[in-house]
Order: sequence, then C-alpha cells, then structure tokens
Amino acid sequence: MSDSQLTPPVSERDHVTGSADAPVTLVEYGDFECPYCGMAYRVVKSAQAELGKQLRFVFRNFPLAEAHPHARLAAEAAEAAAAQRKFWEMHDVLFEHQDALEAEDILGYAKSLELDMEQFARDLKAATYAKRVREDFRSGVKSGVNGTPTFFINGSRYEGSWANEKDFIHALREAAQQSDRGVRTTADANG
Amino acid sequence: MTQPATPEHVAEILAAGTPAPDFALHATPDQILRLSELRGRPVILVFYPADWSPVCGDQVALYNEILPEFHEYGAEIVGISVDGAWCHAAFARDRHLHFPLLADFEPKGAVSRLYGAYREGEGTSERALFVINSDGIIHWSYCSPIGVNPGADGILSALESLNGKSAPAKAESFRADTMESRP
Repeated sequence: MSDSQLTPPVSERDHVTGSADAPVTLVEYGDFECPYCGMAYRVVKSAQAELGKQLRFVFRNFPLAEAHPHARLAAEAAEAAAAQRKFWEMHDVLFEHQDALEAEDILGYAKSLELDMEQFARDLKAATYAKRVREDFRSGVKSGVNGTPTFFINGSRYEGSWANEKDFIHALREAAQQSDRGVRTTADANG
Repeated sequence: MTQPATPEHVAEILAAGTPAPDFALHATPDQILRLSELRGRPVILVFYPADWSPVCGDQVALYNEILPEFHEYGAEIVGISVDGAWCHAAFARDRHLHFPLLADFEPKGAVSRLYGAYREGEGTSERALFVINSDGIIHWSYCSPIGVNPGADGILSALESLNGKSAPAKAESFRADTMESRP
C-alpha cells in the first residue's frame, strides 16, 4: 500500500551506523542472499561516503527464506555477530560473499572477524536469534515492505529507484536539506 | 509485462459489507476448492494478473513468507489468476508456494468478474485483495495499480481489526451464534 511509514521507528534495538545526530536516517530491509540487496549494498556504501556525517544507516532483516535458502541462516549469523559487537563487519562480509553462505562459509567469516567461535557456533546451532530476525521481518511487513531491498528515508518508504546511485544520493541530500529546515518526520523525531 | 499503471484507474471491486460470492475453482488439475468450504475462518483472496510476471512473483513470494502470520489469525489465503491449473502447478513448485493458486480459467475470468476484478482489455485479473470474514462477508478490499506490489500491511491490518470483532484466534473455534446452529 502507499504512504507506508516505518513501524516501529528506529530505536536502540536497531543496528545503526553513522552519526547519531545525522539529519538523514536511511533504513534498509534486506536479505543477505538477495542479488538486488547485493547491488544495493554498493549503492549504500557510495551514499555513506558521499553524505558522511549527514547520514545514519540502519539495517533490518527481511529474509525471503523460501526463495533464498541461505537467507535465514545468514540473518541469524549477522545477529549472532551483533551480540559480539561485530554486526556491521559481518553484514559487509555476507554481502561481499553472497554466493558462499553455507554454514561452513559463515563459520569461516566469523573466524576471520575473530569472534568467540564457541559462542557463535552455539548461537547459530540453537537459532538463538531466529526470533529477533522474525521480529524484523514482521516489522517490515507492517511497514509496507513488499520486496527486498526496501528503503525508508526518515521514516517514509522510498519509492524511487535505488539502482540509480545519483538519484538515490540526490533523494538523501534532499531529505537532509528538509531536515535542516526543521521539517522532521515523527519517525525521525522519535528515533 | 504489465501496462503502465494509470493512477486514475480504480476498478470497481466489491466493497466491504458485501457477501463474498461463492465459487468453485480448480486448485490442482484434479482438485476443486469451493470458497464456502472455508467458511468459519477468515479468507484472504489474492487476485493477480499472471503467474511468472515479475511483480506477481514478488507478491506471492512475500505472502508465502508471511503465511505463519496469516495462520496466527486463523486465516486461509488463496491466489486467483486466469492461468490454468497446470501453469499454477509449475509456478507453485518453482516458487515453493505453500498456499493454493486457483485457476479462473474456464469460463475465463468468471470469478474475477464476480468480484469486479477483471481487466477486459488485458484479459487478466486485477491486482485485488479481499479479506472475507468467518461469516463469508467481505471485511476489506483493495485494488492496487496493476504494476505495484501491494505488500501485506493492508491484509494484516484488516485481519487485526477482524480479530478485535469476531475472528477466532484458532481456525477450530467458531462464533457462539455459529456454534448454536451447528449439530
């Protein structure tokens, strides 16, 4: 449906990177095995480089597990890494190795990130973070996510194209200017 | 694949409060599903233009992932398009779908027409959603621009509001008045 708003707004629960007082908050609902999310990963990196302190980025899980058989494990692995304060490191490694997301591959990435392997392997095996991943998924559905990746800029669903890097960065800059003029969305104010 | 969406175009689909017309359609080449068989629990009808087209693919893939949430409301979901039962079978197998796709194939589009969800020019169903309550009354309906995946937030809100009123949390339970009339 149209006019979809991010529900719930960004909070302490989220994985956030970038400046806390940035005028623009970009939220992605993504799937580590989705090829479009892999493309979007590069676009987001460029946007982060371009906007610097003006942008804060949040990632929430939206694994389409029936279509992508490794997506759920990858999402849980990112959460298990988050428990060891290495969410973004794992997020990056997973997106850079989308074609190698078997359990043994993921354990290898965890090792290269110097995680506590005993804990990490235990969390994966016990699906410790399955519930958390599902909560992300549900919040995405509530927010009107209809596929991956879906982006929200300052709480509102971004309807434009992210594949065109220039347009995407332009949209983020516009949001920054609007914020600077004091036009803040509820989601942003609450975030 | 799809016509460019014209924002002004809004099909006159059946509105909330209307009794949902009953129908019987092939769910597989040798099985027929009748809507009234699902009475007693909420039913989500998803009319969509075609198997295999990109937007529909995403849309059914999404609903497939959300099945546990739909089931929490005791709701059943069925997809309907004018594709034949064999086409549906191949599509469902390819996408690992866990809900039935009904073939509105012969006479073509008859059920879609009943719900006001048929596109004459294209000869396909609209991208229309209906949530039917446990008494068989349309509780909510929504017609999306043909090229836009409507997501599931509208369906979940409708199920939620239904739940507040009458819907059972489990498919097995019925409303008291329905219970009385049962043997």
